[in-house]
Amino acid sequence: MIFFNLGITQNKNKPLVVVAELDDVARIYKMGDTEVRALDGVSVKFSSAEYWSIMGASGSGKSTLLNILGCIDTPTSGAYRVEGKDTKSLDDDSLSDLRGSSIGFIFQSFNLIPQLNVLENILVPTFYRNEESELSIARAEELARRVGLEERLLHRPTELSGGQQQRVAIARALMNDPQIILADEATGNLDSQTTEEILELFSELHAEGKTILLVTHELDVGKRAQNILTLRDGKIESITEGNG
Amino acid sequence: MLSSPFSRSVRLGIKSLFLHKLRSLLTTFGVLFGVSSVISMLAIGEGASEEAQEQIRQLGSQNIILRSLKPEEDPTSSQTTSATRYGLTWPDFERVAGTFPGVEGVVPIRNFVQQVRFEDKVLSNATTMGTTAEYQNVTGRILHRGRFIGPIDDIKRNNVCVVGYEVARYFFPGRDPLGQTIKIGPEYFEVIGVILPRVPIGASAASNAASVTVEIFIPIQTGISWFGSMNVEMNSGSRNIEMVDIHEVIASVKNAETVAQVAAASRTMLAREHPQNDYEVIVPLELLARAEETKRIFNIVLGCIASISLLVGGIGIMNVMLATVNERTREIGIRRALGAKRHHIMMQFLVETVVLSVGGGILGIGLGVLVPYLVEHYADMRTIVTLQAPFLAFGISVTIGLVFGLYPAWQAANLDPVDALRHE
Repeated sequence: MIFFNLGITQNKNKPLVVVAELDDVARIYKMGDTEVRALDGVSVKFSSAEYWSIMGASGSGKSTLLNILGCIDTPTSGAYRVEGKDTKSLDDDSLSDLRGSSIGFIFQSFNLIPQLNVLENILVPTFYRNEESELSIARAEELARRVGLEERLLHRPTELSGGQQQRVAIARALMNDPQIILADEATGNLDSQTTEEILELFSELHAEGKTILLVTHELDVGKRAQNILTLRDGKIESITEGNG
Repeated sequence: MLSSPFSRSVRLGIKSLFLHKLRSLLTTFGVLFGVSSVISMLAIGEGASEEAQEQIRQLGSQNIILRSLKPEEDPTSSQTTSATRYGLTWPDFERVAGTFPGVEGVVPIRNFVQQVRFEDKVLSNATTMGTTAEYQNVTGRILHRGRFIGPIDDIKRNNVCVVGYEVARYFFPGRDPLGQTIKIGPEYFEVIGVILPRVPIGASAASNAASVTVEIFIPIQTGISWFGSMNVEMNSGSRNIEMVDIHEVIASVKNAETVAQVAAASRTMLAREHPQNDYEVIVPLELLARAEETKRIFNIVLGCIASISLLVGGIGIMNVMLATVNERTREIGIRRALGAKRHHIMMQFLVETVVLSVGGGILGIGLGVLVPYLVEHYADMRTIVTLQAPFLAFGISVTIGLVFGLYPAWQAANLDPVDALRHE
């Protein structure tokens, strides 16, 4: 399927499939002689059409977990499997492929590429896959329309508001139609109204069957998810139900 | 809008470079000047050597020229009147003509300095050359009109002369030179032919006597019988009397291989006969070889200069690219998170460096073609921009980009995505 589903098509009764799984994951950094256990024995399963928020104070291991979930870092011990593949056994190129195909990143500071226009920014993930560009452009325009930026395709990121930039980032994250959307403090730089709009988009994506993993320290935002995972000192402190 | 991944990389690379227009422009300057110096210096070198070779070829590459040379004057003598006898002699000529193997034609030249006049036009102190019929064969000069001096003219000592094209234009504008009579010294000579100049001349006729290239040929025996073997040169306050049998002997050799042998034999013979060293041997082929050698040295020197400026240019580019990689660390992290592999990042920065250096190269080609044009125009030097030069320059700039882009690109590709994403 090339074109993205615009409506809500996911059947809520469809059986859940585990898309990402942390199995006794530890991540240890060596700082001189001392070892820092940023993550320690974390085990959790994320399934399709689940909406998780990952919370915790700074230093709790949130960022480390995010890096591992996003396949830009691998566990020191334990296993992290994405769509059945153990990331520890993959080489750099395969990890890149996995990121490109299965994970859509959304960052706090939007992280658009400044010299590229909106359309090109949305297209960046396709640059690293051998896809036909005309279809990609059609899809990128479709996604831009979905996030309400079809009028701004040729604008530079600096010409957009924060909310608009984050919408571009969301469109970019959806470009390769990944199963997992990984949002790192995605609303941290936005005002409350824009935050609401972005969270609304996440809910829509969730309803369409995407696995949303939202890292945040704001309880209001975190509560929008189905499940709230709270980290403390590198360990899971609690998993509670949210309002989602 | 988007086509192949490569042209997209180039397009987006240009876009990134345009983000810092001044910096990118300044960065290209190293390659620009390097490339333009390669092209313009090659053009100037090529032109100079072509010119030298042409001059040498006009002397005849299979010829050997023996020339009488006035020996160094004794600085202690303060005579106002001096009579010197020096130079090549008729026995020398006979030896070259008779005994040297491989010599095809030998021609003597005897200069007579006389006033030459036609009606009211005068060429004072003009050198008239006495020579034989063989001159034309040996030198390969081409007649414009009429005929050259024949063997009979020499034997019968006919008063005939062949004049250079410029002399004819000066003396007989709008008239047929053939059959006219000019006065050389006290004697009258009939013009039987007009000879074309060695080098092409300007379109406008010489307006005054001083600027005429004087070439007048007469049969050598005619000349000797009229003017004797003394040349008297009058300078202010002094009188130079010179006695020379033959001023120049031109020998043509069957083929290029025997040139060296005949040249060596001539040198040996003359060294024996002329202990006072009053001669010189000119071998155009040797001059040609020397010109080639000079050109080679010239090319090496230019090559070094160009290499140094290109090296400096390349280092400049590398420096800027390293700064760029540092500046765009976050972008690299983003791209890696979005699925870019190491080689994609590598390629991106390599393409940008190559675009930068090729941009400099293209500007350099422009400047490199302009400089020879200006040199030709203002310095009156011949330049030749060969067709290969721009391609060479293009190749050089691509290579510079690849070589000096490799390290920054490698550095970019090997950044840890985690660190790169956290980079502020």
